[in-house]
Amino acid sequence: MAIPQALARHCKRFLLDTRPFQGKYLNHKTLSSFKRLTTSSNDVELTPYRYSIQRGNFAKVSREDIEYFQQILPIPSAVVTDAEELIASNTDWLKAVRGSAPVLLKPENTQQVSKIVQYCNQKNLAIVPQGGKTGLVGGSVPVFDEIILSTSRMNNVIQVDKISGTLVCQPGCILQELEDLLQSDNFILPYDLGARGSCHIGGNISSNAGGIRLLRYGSLHGSVLGLEIVLADGTILDCLSTCRKDNTGYDLKQLFIGSEGTLGIITKVAIALAQKPRARSVALIGCSDFDKVKNVYSSARTDLCEYLSACEFMDSKIMELVEHHLKLINPVQKSSFYVLIEASGSSEQYCKSALLDFLQPLMENKVIEEGIVVDTLAQIDEVWALRERVLEACQRDGYVFKYDVSLPLSVFYNIVNDLRSHLGNQAKNVGGYGHIGDGNIHINVTCDEYNVELEKAIEPYIYEWIAKHKGSVSAEHGMGFIKKKNMKYSKSEAAYNTMKGIKHLMDPKGILNPYKMLPEKYRQT
Amino acid sequence: MALRVLVGCKRVIDYAVKVRVKPDKTGVVTDGVKHSINPFDEIAIEEAVRLKEKKIASEVVAISCGPKQCQETLRTALAMGADRAIHVEIPEPQSNTLEPLGVAKIFSKLAKEEDVNLIIVGKQAIDDDCNQTGQLTAALLDWPQGTFASEITVEGEHMKVIREIDGGLETIKVKMPAVISADLRLNEPRYATLPNIMKAKKKKIDVKTPADLGIDISPRTEILSVEDPPVRQAGSKVEDVSELVGKLKSHGFI
Repeated sequence: MAIPQALARHCKRFLLDTRPFQGKYLNHKTLSSFKRLTTSSNDVELTPYRYSIQRGNFAKVSREDIEYFQQILPIPSAVVTDAEELIASNTDWLKAVRGSAPVLLKPENTQQVSKIVQYCNQKNLAIVPQGGKTGLVGGSVPVFDEIILSTSRMNNVIQVDKISGTLVCQPGCILQELEDLLQSDNFILPYDLGARGSCHIGGNISSNAGGIRLLRYGSLHGSVLGLEIVLADGTILDCLSTCRKDNTGYDLKQLFIGSEGTLGIITKVAIALAQKPRARSVALIGCSDFDKVKNVYSSARTDLCEYLSACEFMDSKIMELVEHHLKLINPVQKSSFYVLIEASGSSEQYCKSALLDFLQPLMENKVIEEGIVVDTLAQIDEVWALRERVLEACQRDGYVFKYDVSLPLSVFYNIVNDLRSHLGNQAKNVGGYGHIGDGNIHINVTCDEYNVELEKAIEPYIYEWIAKHKGSVSAEHGMGFIKKKNMKYSKSEAAYNTMKGIKHLMDPKGILNPYKMLPEKYRQT
Repeated sequence: MALRVLVGCKRVIDYAVKVRVKPDKTGVVTDGVKHSINPFDEIAIEEAVRLKEKKIASEVVAISCGPKQCQETLRTALAMGADRAIHVEIPEPQSNTLEPLGVAKIFSKLAKEEDVNLIIVGKQAIDDDCNQTGQLTAALLDWPQGTFASEITVEGEHMKVIREIDGGLETIKVKMPAVISADLRLNEPRYATLPNIMKAKKKKIDVKTPADLGIDISPRTEILSVEDPPVRQAGSKVEDVSELVGKLKSHGFI
């Protein structure tokens, strides 16, 4: 059979990606972005040199410790000590932080995790739990020489209950692989993100990942039914219920959702599944100003209603970067703003007509200038790619300062305008995009090379702006290592002190993912 | 001469869907599965619409044969620029046994009724891969055919067709009226824009039945069974070289 159109489009795009990509290396204008693309993990500066921090009072890994780990993890490849191999696991995806863990451990099951943590607790050795390493705040790699505990070998699916729609699995299962497995039973996970090819479900839950389906299916705090945790002293805490409702005491699992591995290590997950929609249609529309974008979103809530499954936006600058750096085609006439609306439901006919009925009055009232509607799976993927590959496009523009922010819709885009005028010529490009449906905007500021002056111009200006409007300085990416100093802009001192109390209670020696999430002092600079 | 163009559009399971065989082996699961316009038919519609934009064609009529849901496919064709559509309604389960010969008979009857001088179809449907409808239609009408077209150019009463063949490309000249079957590289279909989608809502879809056209669509073949291809045996991972050598030895390979 000859290659169908959709497949050919994919192949074409792949070819388009490689030729200009190679051309880029030859004609590259700015050396630093070229350097960024080809920087190997080895060239990334070690975190303690780049950021001046004090190492905690932990023990150092010894020969004896390694031998003990080799004893409890009998398979040789489960204990990695080779320096070359460790460089990759020591460096984060953004190549912003790099640690120097002397050993990487890959346990297979809960008992092994428990033994490792118990031993480390006794010996006062620090641990970094690591999943797919797709986090954007440097939370999944060591800062100093903490031992890396990887979930990559804990990737078994334990149970799929097709009647009640629940999944029980180990934390190292890759999101895309779970999606593929669940497809044939017409289930989907209640969350989805661009990093699906590499991220682990354990890591997603530890960081309370948001993603593109939050609008429809809610946050992980609602869809995770149960967890099994290994606590800081090695105790196995079994909260692995698959009950949809269970009001029997404090809901302990909530502590571990979003605490980024600082209170315990997830060793099993029970999560409620969502029904795979039979029909999906996507509209990409152009609007001339942001008020119209807000109009589209609120109309979607009332008119598209139960069919609405995603609402994303981007400004013209972001679309320009996507077109320019990734050679993707913008199928809609050039506009100031673009909104991606996805409708999904159980009937193709009703879903599509709901979407069109919602769009028609907006077109007639000139709220929408231009747009397209797609419903073949290949075209839907093409349109989503314009939104999902934005970060990649910005990274090819040079160095990216990324801000992931929650703001009230009334001032949502004002931050981008204010930041642009505040920065003037200092920044190369300033763009905003993101999950308007969740009140979450991503602001990217690019420059040719990382420079401290630009960083100082942006921070703390942007954080003070957000604090003034009672927004969140990290909507979904978390605190990790890089953002923990900003907690004061979105949380009160009392909240911070309570968090510190909980951390001390659950991990008195502080061995679980130290230097992350909680700043040393509330007003740490 | 202004061409009047007929385009065939088939509603098939979307290319990106992972197709599963029904447990009773009579066919594949279609219930609740995403369907879309056959990708090659989408290319056919695009070509017809481009001929209209170049003022070579005066009217483009899209046809689809099958159950009620085919009207969705026709709406897509209308949104891309077709002027009118005809839905030849064939309910399930009859539509599952509809064969290229039946479709060809329907197309040739409609071609005469609509007084068209060009028929463009996709070269094959991605569900049955038959690659017969275009050829059969041409034979029934006794019209010339240009199949696997990757480029067509109207030159007065003739059409130059560049065809994709095993050895490369072949250029032929056909006298119109003719039947063309579209191959992958003929064009890149446009997205349906909102203004066109809204306009399409007002365009007419005529519904007819095979009986109205006096056509017998009973099948000449019978599907005996549909099965998955044999499952590839899973490999086994070994931890290191000595285990690999051990396994090779125990299986008698070395």
